[in-house]
Amino acid sequence: MTDSLAIKTESLGRIYKIRGGKKTKETPKELIALADVNLKVECGELFGLLGPNGAGKTTLIKILVTLLAPTSGLAQVGGHDVIKSPHLIRPLINMVSGGESSGYGLLTVRENLWLFAQFYGLDNKTSQERITELLGVVGMLDRANTKSSDLSTGLRQKMNIVRGFVTDPEILFLDEPTLGLDVGAAREVRRFVRRWVAERERPRSGKTVLLTTHYMVEADELCDRVAIIDKGRVLACDTPANLKRRLQREAIFHMQVSPMNNGALSGFGTLPGVRKFTHEAHDGSSTLELILEADDVLSSVVAKLTQHNARILNLQKREPTLEDVFVDLVGRGLSEEGGGE
Amino acid sequence: MAARKSSTEMFVRTVIARAYPRVIGQHRELSWVFFDIFLPLMATCAYVFVYKAIRAPEEYIGFVIMGGAMTAFWLNVLWSMSSQLYWEKETGNLGLYVMAPNSLMAILLGMALGGMIATCMRALVIVVLGSWWFGVTYAIGDFIQLFATFMLTMTALYGLGMLFASLFLMFGREAWHMSNLLQEPVYLASGFYFPIRSFNFWIAASASIIPLTLGLDAMRQLLFASGAKFGFLSVRVEIAVLVVLCVVFIGAAKYSLDYMERLAIREGRITDTRK
Ligand SMILES: Nc1ncnc2c1ncn2[C@@H]1O[C@H](COP(=O)(O)OP(=O)(O)OP(=O)(O)O)[C@@H](O)[C@H]1O
Ligand SMILES: [Mg+2]
Repeated sequence: MTDSLAIKTESLGRIYKIRGGKKTKETPKELIALADVNLKVECGELFGLLGPNGAGKTTLIKILVTLLAPTSGLAQVGGHDVIKSPHLIRPLINMVSGGESSGYGLLTVRENLWLFAQFYGLDNKTSQERITELLGVVGMLDRANTKSSDLSTGLRQKMNIVRGFVTDPEILFLDEPTLGLDVGAAREVRRFVRRWVAERERPRSGKTVLLTTHYMVEADELCDRVAIIDKGRVLACDTPANLKRRLQREAIFHMQVSPMNNGALSGFGTLPGVRKFTHEAHDGSSTLELILEADDVLSSVVAKLTQHNARILNLQKREPTLEDVFVDLVGRGLSEEGGGE
Repeated sequence: MAARKSSTEMFVRTVIARAYPRVIGQHRELSWVFFDIFLPLMATCAYVFVYKAIRAPEEYIGFVIMGGAMTAFWLNVLWSMSSQLYWEKETGNLGLYVMAPNSLMAILLGMALGGMIATCMRALVIVVLGSWWFGVTYAIGDFIQLFATFMLTMTALYGLGMLFASLFLMFGREAWHMSNLLQEPVYLASGFYFPIRSFNFWIAASASIIPLTLGLDAMRQLLFASGAKFGFLSVRVEIAVLVVLCVVFIGAAKYSLDYMERLAIREGRITDTRK
């Protein structure tokens, strides 16, 4: 590698041409999936891309793994340009996507994994050893001889994850790797990814992982640095701690109040001193999340609640989370509707 | 950085690995017995009975059985080579193949090799059963020429399959219709059920672009005592043409595959699964 950067993009952009209906002659519509993306990922870094549906995360990964050409700008992986020298990038990388259905259903788990290892030139002994080791890590050794068509969604995803690690890539791309996994399995996978990067770091061989997710914890716990991306643009890029520190001066409150209708709730966002406001209705209560410029803004919030005859059931001041940073930057929560496109 | 494998070793490993599911699949999925042996065998029998009814020369029965066996290869090339990349795209394998440090050529060669091995079994069953039922006698003069003809025919045929596959990289479901469209006319044009000598010279010459045409013609000449009498061109000429077809098809497939891969990456077609 020419320098210590595993991944570098400069003013990277991708526009999709949306083909209209079959017979329409109108010029195809254009969709800007990525615009002016500038990222630098160091070797040995575990880097996260966090963004809502349609943010452009998968598009960016596809460009970096040489499966999609950018329409503008530059992208380098391992010091090589994705357009000019994909053949130099491909031996260095691998990719796992959430919910992929790769492989052949009539082959067993072990056979499928062997097959993909062969494409990277791994000899039989090494590949079988690594497959056994990795299946052990994801707790699937007893399923090694199951036909992959007979696996459940979660087990399939574990097989996919093993496929990515078997070739021991320098740079691994994980696109929502824990999709479809239960809480315990997702935690196992995160722990494994963390360990894999840490172990490889010691002799400074510099294993790098770029991971996309829309699980806040995943980004927060796992990643050295996180880029928050929405509508094809990178809004912020820093360590989770630094990102959260941006909100340190603000006061963040979590409030549970007696049920209120949406009309009454919508007024809170425009109160002076309220930076961000989100709410969620439950049976018998409403949950409000407030990012305030200072503590004393709370009194006007309480006054407004009283005005609407709402009772406060619970009030907590809390430390900023990555979710708050996200809401602050994107203007809406990850779980809320109305994102994407 | 770990020592990188030589590209030749990687190429060979890829070919073998991709051939593997084809060969092993045969043992795990038995529906092929019906589709790939029973159906061609029935079609072959039908022609045999027609020839018997119209009192065609006795040799024609042997010709038909050879033709029937070779249809198995044609079906394999159409349905498991040409439109295969479309299915690989649907399952997400195509992206992984392109991303792997190898040319797609290795993947296609693996598909071809696996398909060829699996289909040989089927073709053999048709020849053995057909010859036994209808009492066909063979008179093999030159075994080496026969083997060379068969191998060249296979190479050229699967080379054509690879060329198709590369073209179909850009198509979606249309690939399916194309295969359907090509299936029957080729039965006729390449003389699966009768010697192409029955055509006029120019039609037979045009049909020769399909490797099976000359391959079958040459194999019939080499297999049956009176075969030469029904031959289109001399065996030597036919072998020479087959060599040319091999080079042209495989060369074109490689060129087209490289081009199509770059085009598909630019247009975002490697991973999209548009309807
Ligand atoms: N092949 C395509 N043709 C046209 N538009 C596309 C194509 N692929 C993606 N898009 C559009 O580009 C935008 C970004 O999509 P992308 O898949 O990169 O989002 P994402 O961040 O991965 O979202 P998700 O969290 O849902 O996976 C979306 O608006 C999407 O509809
Ligand atoms: Mg995505």
